[in-house]
Amino acid sequence: MSTLDPTTDPTRRPFSGRRVRLGDLILQAVAGAAAVGAIVLLGLIGYKVVQGAKLSLSTFGLGFISHVGWDPVHLRYAAGSLLFGTAVTSLGALVLATPLALAIALFLSELAPAGIRGPATALIETLAAIPSVVIGLWGIFVLGPLLQGHVDPALHSVLGFIPLFGPAQYASNIFTAIVVLTIMILPIIASISRELFLGVPAELKEAALGLGATRWEMVRGVILPYTRSGVAAAMILGLGRALGEAIAVAQVIGAFDNGFGWNIFNTGDTIAAKIAVQFLNVGSPSELSALFYLALILLVFSLVVNFAAQLIVRRLAHRQGLAT
Amino acid sequence: MSSVEIPALARPNDRLRRRRLVSRGMELLAWLAAVIGVGILVVVVYSVARRGASALNLDLLTKTPVQFALPGVKQGLANAFVGSLVIVALATAMALPFGILVAIYVNEFAARRVKNAVTLVLDVLNGIPAIVIGIFVYGLLVLGRGPSGFAGSFALAILMLPLVARSTIEVLALVPNSLREAALGLGAPRWRTTLGVVLPQSVGGVLTGATLAVARVSGETAPLLLCSSIVGNQIGWNPSHALFSVPLAIYEYSDSPDPADHARAWAAALVLLLFILFASLGARWLATRSRRKLGRAR
Repeated sequence: MSTLDPTTDPTRRPFSGRRVRLGDLILQAVAGAAAVGAIVLLGLIGYKVVQGAKLSLSTFGLGFISHVGWDPVHLRYAAGSLLFGTAVTSLGALVLATPLALAIALFLSELAPAGIRGPATALIETLAAIPSVVIGLWGIFVLGPLLQGHVDPALHSVLGFIPLFGPAQYASNIFTAIVVLTIMILPIIASISRELFLGVPAELKEAALGLGATRWEMVRGVILPYTRSGVAAAMILGLGRALGEAIAVAQVIGAFDNGFGWNIFNTGDTIAAKIAVQFLNVGSPSELSALFYLALILLVFSLVVNFAAQLIVRRLAHRQGLAT
Repeated sequence: MSSVEIPALARPNDRLRRRRLVSRGMELLAWLAAVIGVGILVVVVYSVARRGASALNLDLLTKTPVQFALPGVKQGLANAFVGSLVIVALATAMALPFGILVAIYVNEFAARRVKNAVTLVLDVLNGIPAIVIGIFVYGLLVLGRGPSGFAGSFALAILMLPLVARSTIEVLALVPNSLREAALGLGAPRWRTTLGVVLPQSVGGVLTGATLAVARVSGETAPLLLCSSIVGNQIGWNPSHALFSVPLAIYEYSDSPDPADHARAWAAALVLLLFILFASLGARWLATRSRRKLGRAR
């Protein structure tokens, strides 16, 4: 402490704010190195995944994305049908989860009585904490048989004229994966939307109600338009989560690739699930490289999705910063 | 618009009734959605509890799996619990200081542009699927060297880093500037202000973030499947060898043809779920406590 005393410290120049202290330098350097480390880490992830995929990048090129088939015997690999499976499952989950999540968010932010609001919010957030492997386990033994026994046949008999809802065959199928993914992204979209809805200025809501709007008209006319882009970002983040989920999907989708089959009651496969299932059975360097290629596709997806979502969120924060 | 039609006196009332009815209907749907959301949680937790409780006993925690076991042989998943403990502890030891340092830099030193860049990188890191992180660490640490508990820890640490850093940034921002000014005004150097005044003020929030991150990665399966999957059944404490883990056990046993394995998978899932629920509840409690404390300081 003696260095702090201007009368006993000869090195101290009073009233100079420019004196650099060693401790400050060290802390700034160490903390700065950590921050740079985080950025380097992101670059290293990209570099390593590209490096691992090099062999199949040069062998298959972009044809990897459009062709179909995974043939370890003839060393021919392609991701076309896996991409299709990924798109069907994650978009399906998004379609199911979004209205449900928005309704939950509206309930939590506008409707819920004071005593219920806190616990209900906590419970919905707890849903996000359940590990994917546990939801997958539940999907195999509880959800799958339930859907196969009751929901799949019902949907087929009512909507069977649409090729999506073909004859039900297996408990492990694309639809089960869609429902599992729905459960996983539901709390994500719901909790982000809830915060957005809570951020709507009370004056706007009161103005709508004061003009005689009903609660629903206030939601449709004020809350939803006001939070539109934020909700889009929440949906994008949910989509990103669904695209990359490997374990739960691998557990329930049946992991049997049916090409571009439209029947969601048939087995399927996704990029992420393929990596999880195939990784321990890798038979050759070329197959390993093909799995790295799949990971590279996922990485590109997640980068695009997250940059898009962050861009929206940041622009929104900027706009609200200006408004207040 | 309706001013033109006003002469028909009964009409506005009819329309009002319909609008109120629509609004009521929508409210009902929102209630229903909330019931569905909470219902899913209840059903999942109930299924795990019901099926897991029957196989949950002390053997699960103390015995190891036996290959080709005869009926009646007692087995458990002690190696998975030990492995998970080692891997998650090691991951926390890596991610926690790293994340706190990143947060300190962002909040106490960085210019606005740098701050934005680093938080963007953290958000993007947070969005990378766990399986891609797993494949990255496989290429970095496992390829040519063989799987290890350490590789698994490193992968989990990458998943924890953005969570720890984000939550720490948020609590550091909550520390009132008057405290920093008071410390600096008393002549304390910046580093002592940061480490001795600001950080202790936010310790509750940092612990909350760390607990949530631990809860999140202790159920993470994909990176461990790629980096630390195991052949033997012994209990291992050494992270330079491949270690078994609880999520991996659930994943593998869920795919097994043996119903006894299913029962063990449910029991392991119950233990994991209980741990995660208690950790989340604990974090929530810590968060409210520390927020109250910070509120007083302000």
